[in-house]
Amino acid sequence: MTDSPANDEREDLQNAFSRRRFLQTLGAAAAVSAAPAIANANAKTSEAEKITIPPATPLGEVKNFGPGEVDVKLKINGIVRTLRIEPRVTLLDALRDRLDMTGAKKVCDRGGCGACTIIMNGNLMYSCMLLAVECQGAEIETIEGIAPEGEFSTVSSAFAKCDALQCGFCTPGFVMTITHHLRNEKNPTMESVKQSCRGNLCRCGTYNRIFDAALLAATGGAGLPNTTEKK
Amino acid sequence: MTKKNYDREETLKLGFAGNVVEKKVKLADDQAKPWDLDTKFQYAGKHIPRFDGLAKASGRAKYSYDMNFPGMLHARIVRANIPNGKITDIDVSGAEAIPGVKATMLLKKVGDRVRFDGEGVAAVCATNLEIAEDAMRAVVVTYEKMAHAVIVDDASKDGAPIVDKGDTNKSPESVNINPREVSEDEINKRFAAADAKVEATYRTQVQTHSALETHGGVAKWDKDSSGNPTLTVWASTQGSFSVLDGLCGNLKLDRSQVEVICEYMGGGFGAKFGADQPTLVAANLAKKAGAPVKCMLNRKEEHLAGGNRPDSIHHVRAGATDGKIVVFDVTNYGTGGYTGGAGARNIMIYDMGASRKVEYAVKTNCGPATAMRAPGHPQGSFVLEQVVDELAEKLNMDPIEFRLKNDRYPMRKAQYEKAMELIDWSRRNKKGGEGALAGTGPKKRGLGVGASTWGQNGNRDGTAMAVIINADGGVEVRNGCQDIGTGTRTIIGICAAEALGCPLENMKVRLGHTRDPYGPASGGSVTAPTVTAAAKDAGHAAKLAFLDKISKKLSVDAAKLDISLGKVFVKDDPAKSWNWHDACKLLGVETVEVTKERSDNFRANFSGQVGGVQIAEVEVDTETGVVRVIKVVAVHDAGLVIDRLTFESQILGGVIQGMSFALFENRVMDRKSGKMLNNNLESYKIPGSLDMPEIVTVAFDISNGHNSAGVAGLGEPTVIPTAGAIANAIANATGVRVRSLPMTPDKVLAALAAKGGSR
Ligand code: FES
Ligand code: FES
Repeated sequence: MTDSPANDEREDLQNAFSRRRFLQTLGAAAAVSAAPAIANANAKTSEAEKITIPPATPLGEVKNFGPGEVDVKLKINGIVRTLRIEPRVTLLDALRDRLDMTGAKKVCDRGGCGACTIIMNGNLMYSCMLLAVECQGAEIETIEGIAPEGEFSTVSSAFAKCDALQCGFCTPGFVMTITHHLRNEKNPTMESVKQSCRGNLCRCGTYNRIFDAALLAATGGAGLPNTTEKK
Repeated sequence: MTKKNYDREETLKLGFAGNVVEKKVKLADDQAKPWDLDTKFQYAGKHIPRFDGLAKASGRAKYSYDMNFPGMLHARIVRANIPNGKITDIDVSGAEAIPGVKATMLLKKVGDRVRFDGEGVAAVCATNLEIAEDAMRAVVVTYEKMAHAVIVDDASKDGAPIVDKGDTNKSPESVNINPREVSEDEINKRFAAADAKVEATYRTQVQTHSALETHGGVAKWDKDSSGNPTLTVWASTQGSFSVLDGLCGNLKLDRSQVEVICEYMGGGFGAKFGADQPTLVAANLAKKAGAPVKCMLNRKEEHLAGGNRPDSIHHVRAGATDGKIVVFDVTNYGTGGYTGGAGARNIMIYDMGASRKVEYAVKTNCGPATAMRAPGHPQGSFVLEQVVDELAEKLNMDPIEFRLKNDRYPMRKAQYEKAMELIDWSRRNKKGGEGALAGTGPKKRGLGVGASTWGQNGNRDGTAMAVIINADGGVEVRNGCQDIGTGTRTIIGICAAEALGCPLENMKVRLGHTRDPYGPASGGSVTAPTVTAAAKDAGHAAKLAFLDKISKKLSVDAAKLDISLGKVFVKDDPAKSWNWHDACKLLGVETVEVTKERSDNFRANFSGQVGGVQIAEVEVDTETGVVRVIKVVAVHDAGLVIDRLTFESQILGGVIQGMSFALFENRVMDRKSGKMLNNNLESYKIPGSLDMPEIVTVAFDISNGHNSAGVAGLGEPTVIPTAGAIANAIANATGVRVRSLPMTPDKVLAALAAKGGSR
């Protein structure tokens, strides 16, 4: 039994991960603090797989939210928006249902597909796995914020050019993932691009052209996708 | 309508390089010559980014799921949590007492049967989704439980629990013998006498469509100017007009009172026709609550009730003599859930000599099957391609050489040649599991082939296009059909611009509004061949109308004018020309508006089938059983290629979904509880970025002469051959056959172990 934590420790652990505990805790810290433990377990799998681990923040002061609606201030694409919502509302539902920011899509609502991907404090996050109350004070960036009205980001343009989309429902999530990858990877390669979007699913089958689009966006260059036989 | 004169005759050059035929077609006076091998295209056949690519890639495209309105309510459906039983009570009072709940409705009554875990029983709506979920949980339904059966083996046993009605779960057998005059005796004799024989059982799994946008829609009631109710529904659908019909029927409304809108939709793959339950719930609750209602399924509901591809168990006997298939005898059954229906298709590609096909379906307490991309074909092909390969192997023939001997379609021959060259077929292990490609290590490589067919050339069926030309040079084409991600909007625009002669950048296409002219539901790969011909016909009609209008202002006889490459010019004096914008300015305050019905298909044409060939290279880790697809070459034809970019995307999508069917997807039912165990997207596996092979697509151009555009359907044939090709590649790599889908590591290891030893 030397490996297993003592009873009281175990209880603490369980507490730290319970949903109730989430509701009681502050800001984004609780959500990210759980991540390193999980990510570290896989950390030695491969040097090539660079896993971005959000910095661990110790649990701070415990704050209660709810029950019932509370004021929540979210800084989205540089603008602070105040919502009156229950603490159980996810960031995804806050964006889509309360703010009519529908670029992030709801597909699995449990961290399994990446359609709801946003960037928070520089980290790629599934917005369906965050409670909006946790995201107060954070810099939230959604697909609506990556290019000004009437313009298109390089990544979006590359997706359109390479036909890296069919129905397009997974596309905003992939665009956010690739945007994040290209910001953080100085020398993106086919392998790094594939690794970067392993947390996103596409049902129509556009992956190969997403890789092409990412590499095209990285160079800013022209040219058609290399998965095709040129005519 | 005045009767048309079809006296004009034109000769079309059809086929493909090295295989050209001339055919004559009769045309109406106002019809342009159909496109053929001689046509010089300005746009068609090029890589053209889709019209809505930027809207989608910027997150600005609004899907039905994205529609929000002030005061909009959110609905949830209460679902049965038992697989079989009778409802003894439904109590919605607890839900109605929750503040914020605005309306409830029953989808079943007391005494009704529920036949699968997840069947809709009641619905609620509330001011937000969280409250709607509280309300959903507060609805109390009690049941008299009945024994259930959720897999074919359990439901087909004697004395099995009855899934729905009647005294058996089995549907009557259908027996098809081809050619008809062959006796059952002859089938048996042929098998007995064959040089090479295969006798084996193959299984395919239940697959769910798993479109990323779930089923459902948003409904909003208004009043027209005379105070009559009108209904607008934003539906995630493959059939805007079939949703319209369903809503009119359900709510007893005239067509004039209802509009269905579907500008963008997040995938359907066959599961989204007609007014489905969530859409009807949205419309009914919106009426009851007096506010717009959104009702979209969640992922779990989508798996349980959103449709699926039936599984199959094939018992096969097949024989070949002298390099020709002489007999194919198959009994197949599977389950399409509680509604039954589970056929498989596998006798259309090769000449099978004599075939007998016995089929029946077994009902189970599972959600109903719906059409899924090439219904019946991928499962049938997985079986057929392995059988054909096994016969070739026993005859000591190359599997492609053997296929060519049993295939009479000329385009597939050319496609095999192209695919063999692109994958370097000469590398194939001459014997399964042995050769330079297989190597001597634990990871073995192999090559495998599969073929596909389809034959969809669209139809007239009332499809029409409206074309509007404005004085500012802008052109808009309108049709009420939907773009399910295949690129329908784009190919309509390209065909209309091509026929009209206007610059492509001036072309806009509005789809998915049912007040616009009728368009087809997107099933059976019917959309592209239907709408491209319609767009060509309408573009031509708009050109005639436009020239007629401006000819008066130019004082030139309209018959002497033409448009090409964005210029209006005088035919016998081409130097006299006006660019598109200047010509349009002549319209002044007028517009040109033409609505034109699609022309009929032609009888004189090249081939009734489209073809396709896919070759897969796989690597099998004989120690872990993991199969990795390294490369797939996919060569497909579908008549004239309008947009090479979206054409290739269709192939990519077909290959990836085919690979997913081959290696990953599987709906897992728990026999004891009757519940689906993997009703999410992390344990219902579809492939991700790291699973992707290199995929080489070849859009194989054919001029087919079936309709005025010469376009055929492509969506479905691309998904058919992949699983069979991968299975054959596994056999080529390892020397063992995996006859059950998905070909997961456990099955690969079991097959290797059965052969004796893993290396
Ligand atoms: S919706 Fe958030 S990961 Fe699927
Ligand atoms: S484009 Fe349809 S799910 Fe990716």
